[in-house]
Amino acid sequence: MAERGSIATVGAFTLGAIRRLGQATLFLGQVLRHSGTSLTRPALTVREIYFAGALSLIIIMVSGLFVGMVLALQGYDTLQTYGSEEKLGVLVALSLVRELGPVVSALLFASRAGSAITAEIGLMKATEQIVAMDMMAVHPVARVVAPRFWGAVLSMPLLAALFSAMGIFGAYIVGVRLLGVDVGAFWAQMQAAVDFEQDILNGVIKSAVFGVGIAAVATFEGFDAPPTAEGVSRATTRTVVHSSLLVLALDLVLTGFMMRMWGE
Amino acid sequence: MSDAPLVEIQDLSFGYSSARQILSDVTLSVPRGKVVALMGGSGCGKTTLLRLIGGQVRPDRGYVKVAGEVIHELDQAGLYRMRRRMGMLFQFGALFTDMSVFENIAFQMREHTDLPEDAIRDLVLMKLNAVGLRGAAELMPSELSGGMARRVALARAVALDPMLVMYDEPFAGLDPISLGVVGQLIRRSNDALGATSVVVTHDVQQSLHIVDYVYLMADGRIVAQGTPDEMRASTHPTVHQFIHGEADGPVAFHYPAGDYAAALGIMHG
Ligand SMILES: Nc1ncnc2c1ncn2[C@@H]1O[C@H](COP(=O)(O)OP(=O)(O)O)[C@@H](O)[C@H]1O
Ligand SMILES: [Mg+2]
Repeated sequence: MAERGSIATVGAFTLGAIRRLGQATLFLGQVLRHSGTSLTRPALTVREIYFAGALSLIIIMVSGLFVGMVLALQGYDTLQTYGSEEKLGVLVALSLVRELGPVVSALLFASRAGSAITAEIGLMKATEQIVAMDMMAVHPVARVVAPRFWGAVLSMPLLAALFSAMGIFGAYIVGVRLLGVDVGAFWAQMQAAVDFEQDILNGVIKSAVFGVGIAAVATFEGFDAPPTAEGVSRATTRTVVHSSLLVLALDLVLTGFMMRMWGE
Repeated sequence: MSDAPLVEIQDLSFGYSSARQILSDVTLSVPRGKVVALMGGSGCGKTTLLRLIGGQVRPDRGYVKVAGEVIHELDQAGLYRMRRRMGMLFQFGALFTDMSVFENIAFQMREHTDLPEDAIRDLVLMKLNAVGLRGAAELMPSELSGGMARRVALARAVALDPMLVMYDEPFAGLDPISLGVVGQLIRRSNDALGATSVVVTHDVQQSLHIVDYVYLMADGRIVAQGTPDEMRASTHPTVHQFIHGEADGPVAFHYPAGDYAAALGIMHG
């Protein structure tokens, strides 16, 4: 009996998760269909880029700096044993541009800006602002959701690039200034080894895809939240957890795909 | 213009779930140019009725007709065309919290018209002046008192001079002075705009002063109707209880419950 109960629970949970995924996908389709307003009135989207970006700017810059510094310390330690400290710039730049920049900035963005988007939309719903707008014959998905969605999607690559730039700067401070790696080698080797398509473009694609994932989860959770204080706070938590997991899963898929594509 | 009522509701029934019916066989009409009150205790389905008029929910049976069109038969575009001619004051204001008072009033003008900026500015200031809040244009909703927020929401509801204005509890939680002011505002903006108004309220004294006709609801049904004078003179027990604010009468103050003394653990005898 107990076993059947737990199997039923697992089944119900799985069905619930699949149903929710379906709802989120339908919602994403609705956002895309109603994106015309965001294009014809770019000021709406620019405003959201400003908010999402400004919210995350400091945390992303500071984190980038620290991650770059740590990478330099760890990398130097390992490279030194092979006598190739001058490769430090390459190691740091590739790690940041390909992986850490897009992934870590996306995780930070999900918890900083993603949660804010969910909370804002959820509160607008709880205080009947969404219904009021609909009653004014203004489509809330077009006017409220789509600009926030595109604002998040567009800020993500910019923030990831900033994260990587700060990281490289941090590695320069630690590697060149503190540990004494040759400054010419540091930059020249980096420049020679980082490929535009294979590394930079792929990094941008990754962060844009992460942006879509986070924006979709954050706007869906906000729009779908029960219109109560508790409902909104739960939705905000779900945004952080689900969009972080989504980023890591997407990263695995994208990395596998990109490795194969460029490997041939 | 025809003489047909602007809003016609026929045998309307509705429930949010099939388990519980909120409105049962409601039939009423709102003539053009009039201010009609929908009165009734809280929870009797007044807000729900406004939602049905605005097309936010679909009836289970019956229909709502506004300006000759059946609301639940309209498609999205038709519904939005209709809503542009409706104004609604929400029970809790529902002001856009990320916009100033000015931008709240200007919102529909910017969304639905191509008016130049200085025309919008003049219109917004006129609307705000009518509610005595021209000086508050640059404040954010969080900086307003309850009464001020209500007046801003009132100005926003009539921003585009709608043909039909719905007010959900415009008097709730106001001090006596604001109460009179809001009542006069509703009456005046109805007559000045040539609009038609539906006022949902449980404030009997205020609304009897300003409305032309009253429908009294209880438990999702219309139990009485008439002009304010007829309502005051009525001997109908429910009307009498409601108008005079008596706790005992056909409408029970208490939600059905078991014996009070037993619930408190007091033994009889
Ligand atoms: N969105 C909703 N979902 C389910 N039930 C609701 C909803 N809104 C209101 N109700 C229920 O419908 C009944 C009537 O509510 P409402 O129309 O808001 O009453 P009133 O405005 O007269 O106070 C109440 O019992 C309320 O609990
Ligand atoms: Mg109500």
